[in-house]
Amino acid sequence: MPRHTISVLVENQFGVLARVIGLFAGRGFNIQCLTVNEEPLDSTVSRIVLVTAGPDEILEQINKQLNKLIPVIKVLDFQGVETVEREMMMVKIAVDERNRAELDSIVTAFRGHVVDIGPRALTVEITGDSEKLQAFVTLVRPFGIKEIVRTGSIAMARSVQLNGNQRQAREEG
Amino acid sequence: MKKLTGARIAIESLMAEGADVIFGYPGGAILPTYDALLDSKIKHILVRHEQGAVHMAEGYARVAGRPGVVIVTSGPGALNTVTGIADAYMDSTPLVVITGQVSTNLIGNDAFQEADIVGVTRPCTKHNYLVKEVGDLARIIKEAFYIANTGRPGPVLVDLPKDVQQAECVFKYPDKVDLRGFKPVIRGNLRQIERAVQAIERSSKPLFYIGGGVQWSDASAELIELAAGLGIPVTETLMGLGCFPASNSLCLGMLGMHGSYGTNTAVCNTDCLIAVGARFDDRVTGRLKDFAPKAECIIHVDIDPSSISKNVKVDIPIVGDIKSVLAEMLRIVKDRESLAKRKPVWTKWHQQILQWQQEKPLYEQRNGNHVAPLQVIEELHNLTKGDCIIATDVGQHQMWVAQLFPFEHPRSLLTSGGLGTMGYGLPAGIGAKLAAPDRPVVVVSGDGSIQMNIQELATAVEYNIDVKVVILNNYFLGMVRQWQEKFYRERYSYSAMSVPNFVKLAEAFGARGFRIERPSELVTVMKEAFGTPGPVLIDVAIPKEEEVMPMIPPGGAMSEMLFA
Repeated sequence: MPRHTISVLVENQFGVLARVIGLFAGRGFNIQCLTVNEEPLDSTVSRIVLVTAGPDEILEQINKQLNKLIPVIKVLDFQGVETVEREMMMVKIAVDERNRAELDSIVTAFRGHVVDIGPRALTVEITGDSEKLQAFVTLVRPFGIKEIVRTGSIAMARSVQLNGNQRQAREEG
Repeated sequence: MKKLTGARIAIESLMAEGADVIFGYPGGAILPTYDALLDSKIKHILVRHEQGAVHMAEGYARVAGRPGVVIVTSGPGALNTVTGIADAYMDSTPLVVITGQVSTNLIGNDAFQEADIVGVTRPCTKHNYLVKEVGDLARIIKEAFYIANTGRPGPVLVDLPKDVQQAECVFKYPDKVDLRGFKPVIRGNLRQIERAVQAIERSSKPLFYIGGGVQWSDASAELIELAAGLGIPVTETLMGLGCFPASNSLCLGMLGMHGSYGTNTAVCNTDCLIAVGARFDDRVTGRLKDFAPKAECIIHVDIDPSSISKNVKVDIPIVGDIKSVLAEMLRIVKDRESLAKRKPVWTKWHQQILQWQQEKPLYEQRNGNHVAPLQVIEELHNLTKGDCIIATDVGQHQMWVAQLFPFEHPRSLLTSGGLGTMGYGLPAGIGAKLAAPDRPVVVVSGDGSIQMNIQELATAVEYNIDVKVVILNNYFLGMVRQWQEKFYRERYSYSAMSVPNFVKLAEAFGARGFRIERPSELVTVMKEAFGTPGPVLIDVAIPKEEEVMPMIPPGGAMSEMLFA
């Protein structure tokens, strides 16, 4: 089923998130990830970005229903839109003198940062799309992962949208 | 400036909105508001169950065309309104429901009579509010009325904690509403309207399929001018009955599961379906992929974008207020002489439909020992000269009324269409009478349905509300029985029902009761009953074998109708 990243601009009030989520829950849709934040430039507005998977026609109906909610100001479904997506993750990894250098090189390759160091573990902050984060987890798993937290995706449409042919060409290329 | 309590502000705000009747039931958490209500000029109808209050407000709203108002207490009082609110949501009925709530410091503490009514009604209200500051109350009530009655109408709930009712602030009722997330499109896109007119002109077998939206938009006059002017036949959904006069030969009546053969055959053969304020409900369409199979073009006019292409893919969507869109269509049509050339083709199509109607009429008049539903409905029509408001419950009697009563005007049939709520009819009829005291109001019910809110007969008696309740009594949950007979091998699982003596019951409530068992009694007893002032109940025995026919089996296609 197609994955949809939906960005919803809402009134920054109590209860609004419950209304938005209710439209997915009521149809039996799981939300894979979710971020909610007050807009930095306008504190009366919040942005909800969520990722879900489902048939296009049902998601289209959900988007229309989202638009019907009174506190919803704008809905963007990034399906079929070129986007930049990012999420952040912190991973606490078991480490000792013998494998320390190996881990450092992985962190550097992923452009991560060490944000906390303890005697037997260090915590790495890493940012990227979900595939990159997943790849990092796979690589460091043999070290022993003690703890992981992830933010969930945020997304923005790219300034320049490739048309279908260009996109196909790029994928083939 | 003088400060008012939240309770006073609530009542003053309702008065500012022109609310003249409130349907309600007091209780602990709403007592401050009830205290303030005592000093106001608003009429209050004390119901016997909160569900009744909501259905009364629905009946009121549908007849008056403005929001019905309900006030109840917290917890059980609020929860008892939920079915009614869901009913109003499905049938796009504007309501403002004010519920008491425990004080803000107790919310979430399992306080006495506490329920999270905002959480419970979130999926079945157009919007709802929990008022946390008395300073927000006037604005919230203003918004509640605006939201309820703007765009596609619907119910709005305002949950009002007791301490907010008791707190004080300066009262100033806002004169306008500013909701950046709620801006319904009123004027339809002109290019789309033009495309629609072109598609109609190209078609040989056009058909209007209209619904309750025409009533809410007050667009009957425009519809009649457009359809009758062009000579295009009109079929109506249950909620649209009356929006196009039944006496006009272009009126094909109801379509769908219990639509007539002629009407459904017209839907199966149309090449251009013009849906107006209807939402392609499954009871209308039957199996979706076989709905209107020959339609080369489907046009859909609706104020709610989420109704468009929800079930049936639409070729020409027009989002906007129906009255405004139809007026625009009329303007285009008037200047277009080429349309007149299409008339002979469309007349031929209309004649074809009328022929189908005659091939298989809905019901034949029979002379037997039993009263037939058709006779009762004809007698109702005679006694009221066709000009009455009919409120129904849900089941066979509802479909007989929809099939057989020739509704001439909008806002004449009150029925629970979307949710199918048994127990809707009697309270809706009471609410309707309060909105239109000069129009006769008849409640047609069944022996099952009437027992779901019969306590409201006490309300009708207390306020001497003149409703005539006709029970088509077959000692069965008739529609359930019909489905069990047809689709469950005649295994009548718990659908037979013993019923009370309705005549004595009516009299115990203080109303008059009548009973009709034989066809010979029908005319005289009905006449006497309708001549009796005040609330009257008429119990009419009908045979259990009477069925609603024709019928599209559930999940079946329109072309797969069953006949009697």
